[in-house]
Amino acid sequence: MSELTDLYQELILDHNRSPRNRGRLENPDGLAQGYNPLCGDQISVSVKLDGDRIESIKFEGSGCAISTASASLMTQSLKGKTLEEAGELFNRFHKLLTEEGNAEELGQGMGKLKVFSGVCQYPARVKCATLAWHTVKAALNNKEGNITTE
Amino acid sequence: MQSKAEQVNDGQATRPIEAASFDVERIRKDFPILSRTVNGKPLVYLDNAATTQKPSVVTASICHLHESTNANIHRGVHRLSIETTQAYEKARLRVARFIGAASETEIIFVRGATEAINLVAQSFGRPNLIEGDEIIVSNLEHHANIVPWQILCEQTGARLRVVPVDDDGNFLLDEYQHLLTQKTKIVAILQGSNALGTVVPVHAVTRMAHEYGAKVLIDGAQAVQHHEVDVRSIDCDFYVFSGHKMYAPSGIGILYAKEELLDAMPPYQGGGEMIKSVTFEQTIYNDLPHKFEAGTPNIEGAIGLGAAIEYLENVGLSNIAAYEDKLLDYATTRLAEIPEVRLIGTAKEKVSVVSFVVEGIHPHDIGTVLDQEGVAIRTGHHCAQPIMQRFGVPATARASMSFYNTHDEIDRLIDAIHTAIGVFA
Ligand SMILES: Cc1ncc(COP(=O)(O)O)c(C=O)c1O
Repeated sequence: MSELTDLYQELILDHNRSPRNRGRLENPDGLAQGYNPLCGDQISVSVKLDGDRIESIKFEGSGCAISTASASLMTQSLKGKTLEEAGELFNRFHKLLTEEGNAEELGQGMGKLKVFSGVCQYPARVKCATLAWHTVKAALNNKEGNITTE
Repeated sequence: MQSKAEQVNDGQATRPIEAASFDVERIRKDFPILSRTVNGKPLVYLDNAATTQKPSVVTASICHLHESTNANIHRGVHRLSIETTQAYEKARLRVARFIGAASETEIIFVRGATEAINLVAQSFGRPNLIEGDEIIVSNLEHHANIVPWQILCEQTGARLRVVPVDDDGNFLLDEYQHLLTQKTKIVAILQGSNALGTVVPVHAVTRMAHEYGAKVLIDGAQAVQHHEVDVRSIDCDFYVFSGHKMYAPSGIGILYAKEELLDAMPPYQGGGEMIKSVTFEQTIYNDLPHKFEAGTPNIEGAIGLGAAIEYLENVGLSNIAAYEDKLLDYATTRLAEIPEVRLIGTAKEKVSVVSFVVEGIHPHDIGTVLDQEGVAIRTGHHCAQPIMQRFGVPATARASMSFYNTHDEIDRLIDAIHTAIGVFA
């Protein structure tokens, strides 16, 4: 049996209460909207690039604690990363959420993102945790677009 | 159904004593699933508007079919086919009596409320509507009673008009009156709202539409399981509902329609069972109701639905309505005691559904915390996005109660909400 505090770790609650990098960048290089029809979560992510490095990134929108904290922590971990590093981090984040296994191992080198390891016990919430990531991916790929998790 | 909502709030609600005639503990024994645990805690199932649990008699009726009489229907001379056909048709007769239809030929077995509405849109609406005609729905509707009409509008050039609700979620009869004109051809309105619980005065709705010659479809998906329904007293032209929300299996539902309408309507689907004779030159359709039941139907579902109706009649629809009213009252009062809770939908008349939001906590997070406590509720937009937009919320948490729920379970719901508030405070 999993405990509530495995999912809602203090760091997640903190980022839900006071999300970092909230807002919208002026003249972004990439911008996308994400929508999770299941819970009505809506998010928009804007990115500014310096070459192939993410110079700054912001998000706005409304969502549950998991999606808000995930967006907030994502902006922190992506700042300064190259596009390749960002893609790699998303793959590993996705693995952490969906694969049963040793959270310590899966979460190695992921820093604060490790706090989402509890989500894999709650399959219905995986989409909440990945919404911001899917959205930033869309923002970087087509530089303009809409995605939904369905 | 009864009035309630805003009063409340001086201390804890007093709990009514259950009527002697209604023994909820005995009823709970009829539903084996209610004794399971979730996360180590006894299950509190409050998602009955999504689907209801099944009493043993329903399961047994399907087992009996599979183990004792199973055969295809209406097409065999052998004993098993005769017995199964009889059971299937007996279920149809039960449905007809249950909703007060004039004849069982007016009862069409379909997959559910959704299919029934699509059938009416395509078989009645499409041949009869032309550009400029109007279809009236309400702001409360489930997507199942919106999208099929939008498709019909695209096909015919007809236009959709929407009856608004007030801030409590009451259906506004005056506004409805203003929308009715000679152009109105179809009025499609729910009787009970799955998202807010609002009960719509369908007798008046129907009477007013008929004054303009419009046909009326009532979506009873959230009504038939809560109180008595008499389609002839409503005088609606079509009435639809789903088995799985009234203690029967999923995949079975009912379209009731007045016989003269069904007679005039072309079939919805072609195939076996719905024909009298087929040549490559000409096909003669079968009599009602078979004209609308192409192919081998959901025999298990129909028989299970018959058993569920028999069960509901034994418990007594008036007992169910009275008991669920008390639960609704109690849940409404206890929720209103929590300062962070805002009720969405406080209509004068409601079925046993309470929708709410909690300040600072997304409904999805409430749902997860409650699940951890063994309490199953629905969170989201309830397939009724327009009414969510009306109240300016992306989603709500919804507890929907059945006559097998108890006051103790409402207490568990309230405790779990306090737990959620504790986590996110
Ligand atoms: C009011 C209402 N109408 C229609 C439906 C659709 O029912 P089904 O999905 O069983 O076809 C529902 C189901 O939630 C409902 O609540």
